[in-house]
Amino acid sequence: MLRRLRRRKIRDRVIESLLLLSGLFAVFITAAIVYILVSESIPFFRHIRLVEFFTDTMWTPMFDSPRFGILPLLAGTLVTTFVALCVAIPCGIIIAIYLSEFAPHRVREVVKPFLELLGAVPTVVYGYFALMMVTPFLRHFLPDLPGFNMLSPGLVIGIMIIPYIASVSEDAMRSVPNYMREGSYAMGATRFQTAVRVVVPGAISGIAAAFILGISRAVGETMVVAVAGGLQPNLTWNPMESAATITAFIVQVSLGDLPHDSIGYQSIFAAGLTLMVTTLIFNIAGFMLTRRFREVY
Amino acid sequence: MTSERPLKIGPEAGEAEDRAVQMGAVHLSGDEARRNAAAAAPIKARATNLDFYYGNFQALKSINIDIREKQVTALIGPSGCGKSTFLRCFNRMHDLTPGTRYEGSITLFPDDTNLVARNVDPIEVRMRIGMVFQKPNPFPKSIFENVAYGLRVSGRRSRVGIAEEVEKALRHAALWDEVKDRLDSSGLSLSGGQQQRLCIARALATRPEILLFDEPTSALDPIATARIEELIATLRDEVTVIIVTHNMQQAARVSDYTAFMYLGELVEFDATSRIFTNPGKKATEDYITGRYG
Repeated sequence: MLRRLRRRKIRDRVIESLLLLSGLFAVFITAAIVYILVSESIPFFRHIRLVEFFTDTMWTPMFDSPRFGILPLLAGTLVTTFVALCVAIPCGIIIAIYLSEFAPHRVREVVKPFLELLGAVPTVVYGYFALMMVTPFLRHFLPDLPGFNMLSPGLVIGIMIIPYIASVSEDAMRSVPNYMREGSYAMGATRFQTAVRVVVPGAISGIAAAFILGISRAVGETMVVAVAGGLQPNLTWNPMESAATITAFIVQVSLGDLPHDSIGYQSIFAAGLTLMVTTLIFNIAGFMLTRRFREVY
Repeated sequence: MTSERPLKIGPEAGEAEDRAVQMGAVHLSGDEARRNAAAAAPIKARATNLDFYYGNFQALKSINIDIREKQVTALIGPSGCGKSTFLRCFNRMHDLTPGTRYEGSITLFPDDTNLVARNVDPIEVRMRIGMVFQKPNPFPKSIFENVAYGLRVSGRRSRVGIAEEVEKALRHAALWDEVKDRLDSSGLSLSGGQQQRLCIARALATRPEILLFDEPTSALDPIATARIEELIATLRDEVTVIIVTHNMQQAARVSDYTAFMYLGELVEFDATSRIFTNPGKKATEDYITGRYG
């Protein structure tokens, strides 16, 4: 008896340690990434002052007299993200409302997997879709649109993140308890009024989380903008111009033949750090908003 | 308020009355005066041979009942007897569940509308017949917006008009004094009893003709329950009330009429004082004296 008890205790201890180890591994990876980004950025920021980094309007690391102003890249990232959200948020919410409040059980069971498949398409495919299909299509309506622009990849990123927003929002709406809906129907509300006036406000914290997830995806998206955006750092807020995003620049430099100890090469770590901080800011803002609006049933 | 009304309608009250009758007392007790008024009250709704089905299961069997205007009618009976099912026929809540079917009629007076007819829009029905649920279910909105909900949903725009109706409904539901300084805070920040009164205010704001209560106090503590019961007693002056309750003392305290249901049938329906002192059927007596249920 005693031996069996001791054996069981040891086995529990081993399993516990394994679980702890795998948990720590994820933490370790994150910490390592942050460490590398920061430590590799330090030599860069020895040469380029922070003020210059954040105020200079040119990003030309490959020129003979290079300039390192992150604004053009940041603008590119924010513009494509904004365009993407203009597509993804309304579509995502409408799809979520339909699936959660209107669709018969059978339809939901069919539509949801297809929707999630949309998120499983490799992003490089989306990139060429933007370049070869969406841009030519847009040019029918906007003849002045350049072959490389931010509008087309922005729209395509939007389509790409619809599944995330729709799926997470739908889960949030479905977890709104049924007695809320009953209360609304009993007041003579229609299905649509119930969905918009009761279910959406009730699920608002989950919907906000869906937006944050979508924003993080859009900010971090690389291939679509690298393929269809033009790779030209350009400080503009006009989506109908070509520009580069932070991610597109990083992929461009990593594939190029810049010597590894050059300041141009180091700049990708500074850019990466900026990207991470941007995403972090969105996440924290979203987290705080979610907390602010959360309703406890 | 009907403060002169004795809260207890137990056997003692009935005996006292019987004695009063034997002694040839000419003056009517408050209770009896009310009962006479009740008998005179016009009929607000009449169920005629009402059957209700969930798929193939028949949950209600040929229910016939008259609901009197501005009176409180209680539906009692053991779990699964169909009392909640019957209540939910009045505002067509079953239409939200696929595979349900009504037969027979519930006629609403004075306009003779058959509430369960297929060509009658359930949304119109629900605008005329309010409902308060077992679990308080305020919306995730401010206190003001909770009460304004029915008005907004029915297309009312006037801000002043809505504000007036909201105040009136909150006063009516005896909640105004507690919330008038924080109409903008969330309805979910209130206590359970307050939430339930908020739901009553929400239902009253659209001035329903009948107000349905589905075990409105079963999630509340005794003090909150007493307040809701008091409130229901005062509501009688304004609106016809039908209340489902598990609690027989509650039925005795708040209602003018009581219907006893069992296995989907209406076993007995009479003035509450009769049902609780001198029931006509053995089954009713057994249930009331606690032999099953």
